[in-house]
Amino acid sequence: MLHKIPDTALAPEYAGMIKPIEACVHCGFCLPTCPTYSTMGDEMNSPRGRIFLIKETLEGRINSSDIEPFIDNCLGCLACVTSCPSGVEYGELITPYRDWAESKRKRSTTEKLQRFALLKTIPYPARFRAASRIARIFKPIARYLPKEFGAMMELAPTELPPKIDFKGHYPALGQQRGRVALLIGCAQQTLAPRINAAAIRVLTRNGIEVVVPKSQGCCGSLAMHIGESQEARQAARKNFDAFPTDIDAVITTAAGCGSGMKEYTHLFSGQDEDQRTQANAFSSKVMDICEYLDNVGFIPPKKNESTAIKVAYHDACHLAHAQKIRSAPRKLLTSIPGIEVLEPDEWEICCGSAGSYNIEHPDTAKILGQRKVSNLYATGADLIATGNIGCLAQIEFHSKDKKAPIPLVHTIELLDGEI
Amino acid sequence: MTPFLEKLRQLYPSDRLYEDEARLTPYVSDGLTVFRQKPVAVVMPLDSDEIVATLKLCHEFSVPFVARGSGTSLSGGSLPIDEGIVISLNRLNQILSIDPDNRTARVQPGVINAHVSSAVVQHGLYFAPDPSSQSVCTIGGNLAFNSGGAHCLKYGMTSNHVLGLKVALPDGEIVHLGNDSLENVGPDCVGLFVGSEGLFGIALEIQLRLLPIPESFRTILASYESLEAAGEAVGTVVASGILPGAMEIMDKLAIEAAEAAVNAGYPRNAEALLIIELDGEAAAVEAEFTALSTAIEQTQAKEIRIAQDNEERLLIWKGRKSAFSAVGRLSPDYLVQDGVVPRSKLGEALKEISRLGSEANLHVANVFHAGDGNLHPLILFDGKESGALERAENLAGKILRLCLKLGGSITGEHGVGVEKKSFMPEMFSENDLEAFKRIRQAIDPREISNRGKMLPGNEAPALSHSGPHPLEQAGLISRM
Repeated sequence: MLHKIPDTALAPEYAGMIKPIEACVHCGFCLPTCPTYSTMGDEMNSPRGRIFLIKETLEGRINSSDIEPFIDNCLGCLACVTSCPSGVEYGELITPYRDWAESKRKRSTTEKLQRFALLKTIPYPARFRAASRIARIFKPIARYLPKEFGAMMELAPTELPPKIDFKGHYPALGQQRGRVALLIGCAQQTLAPRINAAAIRVLTRNGIEVVVPKSQGCCGSLAMHIGESQEARQAARKNFDAFPTDIDAVITTAAGCGSGMKEYTHLFSGQDEDQRTQANAFSSKVMDICEYLDNVGFIPPKKNESTAIKVAYHDACHLAHAQKIRSAPRKLLTSIPGIEVLEPDEWEICCGSAGSYNIEHPDTAKILGQRKVSNLYATGADLIATGNIGCLAQIEFHSKDKKAPIPLVHTIELLDGEI
Repeated sequence: MTPFLEKLRQLYPSDRLYEDEARLTPYVSDGLTVFRQKPVAVVMPLDSDEIVATLKLCHEFSVPFVARGSGTSLSGGSLPIDEGIVISLNRLNQILSIDPDNRTARVQPGVINAHVSSAVVQHGLYFAPDPSSQSVCTIGGNLAFNSGGAHCLKYGMTSNHVLGLKVALPDGEIVHLGNDSLENVGPDCVGLFVGSEGLFGIALEIQLRLLPIPESFRTILASYESLEAAGEAVGTVVASGILPGAMEIMDKLAIEAAEAAVNAGYPRNAEALLIIELDGEAAAVEAEFTALSTAIEQTQAKEIRIAQDNEERLLIWKGRKSAFSAVGRLSPDYLVQDGVVPRSKLGEALKEISRLGSEANLHVANVFHAGDGNLHPLILFDGKESGALERAENLAGKILRLCLKLGGSITGEHGVGVEKKSFMPEMFSENDLEAFKRIRQAIDPREISNRGKMLPGNEAPALSHSGPHPLEQAGLISRM
């Protein structure tokens, strides 16, 4: 699309926004797969509408404050990237734009508090555990709280599983085929440490040595996707130091973390050369657990008997759209005797979790969550599997009223063969 | 405008009436972004009553309006009108009823084309018109532009698949055109409405004809050394007496773009690719396939591939249908043309287009409905280069005139819109255009419905451009 954004208007870290704007031909193929367009039905809440609005803002025709609601409504699910024939990398526009606009933004005190609470609790397991205890107390009065906090309390887990302390190193079993480092994640480590435990079992059983760096922290994706790039870079730098370099891959079991870490190249684009090199090197090693297992050749667990089990696979947006990984998890799942993978309708539409979206935009998130749950339940599956902790929490939350809830697991738990 | 807007505000809550810069801006253009016009307001009605009330207001204040679905028009058909409003029909997206026995469905105008087919697939039925944007574009827009697609070669355009309409005329009056059954009485009023580019009001309910999903498909890819050779192969296939479901041609640039977009598995070294699809009852398709194979053997096909399963077939079509947008990967900007030539003149037209392109020093990608002779040259240019847009438009004009010279049309399915309005006098005589205008005035005397589209030079209110009646001029009659 033609634009008149002055060459000098953007600092180096924001220069990458031009390419997606130029690549968009405004054809509208992104509209039906956009979760906000499909619920709200208006152009400003569509990908091409947002691209146009950002263009106008960068050209100086509109104030960034005027387009805030429409930018905020975006879940960053990147379904538009999957459906775009012109190859517009929307993620390379929306993420830096959010950061660009944040500095000009005037937020209310409650909004600031909410963002502060999100950024300073979820990424830190100890704080997150403490906060969950507090949230449990406030749960009964969640609906009387300001909307910025209501959803936070409502979505907070009622019960947390016991903590698992991982060792720093797990040797490969049998013949060694590889060596990886595992990002254990922040929220996931609090909400469902069983996922990483399963990942370690599957990896080691597959002949992969697993390193779990002790001093690792949050990958910064949460901050990156809400326009706090500086905070995200800080988190990333910490992990650059914490992770060894003599590994084949940095493995994650959370799609959101995987997609965020693969974006480090863009996150560091405006930084000095050393940092850019470090970011590129780290980023190029990041792999989702299923992507990695499929790559090295997955050896399914040995089972004496196979039970027929129908699994509805939910594509996490940050896996399917952001990392374009759809076939690997299906291939791995069906390699286990007895597992049949069912495909729910509207696979490309986000479940509404989207990082912290369900806390910041509970109304839209609720519509999307219910829609996802009804599509998943319509498959008649025995189990629902997905590759992201956020989706697991969101789907679980919106199926809590179901009379016969379908059990929900992470893909790796099925590959572990314990279910 | 203020009294009009005040009344509009009584009709719509603020979350369905957009007047501010930020919410109007994304509506300034449709799929053809070289034209941009800010509307006074955008309204988002929820039902027919709100549409009718809006039209009555527009009529009362002579405010022009354009109805908009997904805004995918490639001719500026849903471009807002100066001092006018946009009526967005996206929330009228319900399939009202499905009658599998009689193979019909009744839908609202905002329903997406592909959603009709997915809603009736359980009955073994589908909606045949398949514009490339079918995953996005709405039935209302298909109706306004008499949209076609790859498979219209065998099954016809939208007009062949609409049985009846409930329409709000530009003054808000409701009329029923056609009827709900498969046969009709009297003149074809539905036919008049379909393809009228929004000049006759807004369709509120549309009765669609559905077809049984073909039992069997055979999809063949044949690659050629030149575009002309592929064009001539179309003639050979038609001469053999087969009527394929679709016959499409893509040239090297289009193949490259589509491959980059969807990895459709097209032969990358081909200069031109002919896609032929046979569909129908299994036995008939097999017989046709034998005849087709013989026909193709007579052409200079370099390589022939046959889709092995439905997945491969769908991928072939996904590539073809993504081609326009995918060309965005090759060039920052492009113009899509939609001229038609008689099928027998395909080879000649393609050769001349290529010559005109070199003359203008512009790349032209070709992807088109070869069976219908409906060309889609995509003129690539870089808008940042000064004068490039003008050069591209100039070339587009030459291509349209070429189509007319060869006995064709300026548009096959994208419509005239604002883009090709100035070419209407080259295709139609003054008397023809005058007849169009009289029909238009009979239906919309204030010319508020999509004013400024399709018909050249009639932006002004009705009376001023048609002038006084001859009897008035002679002083025999007078009006108040």
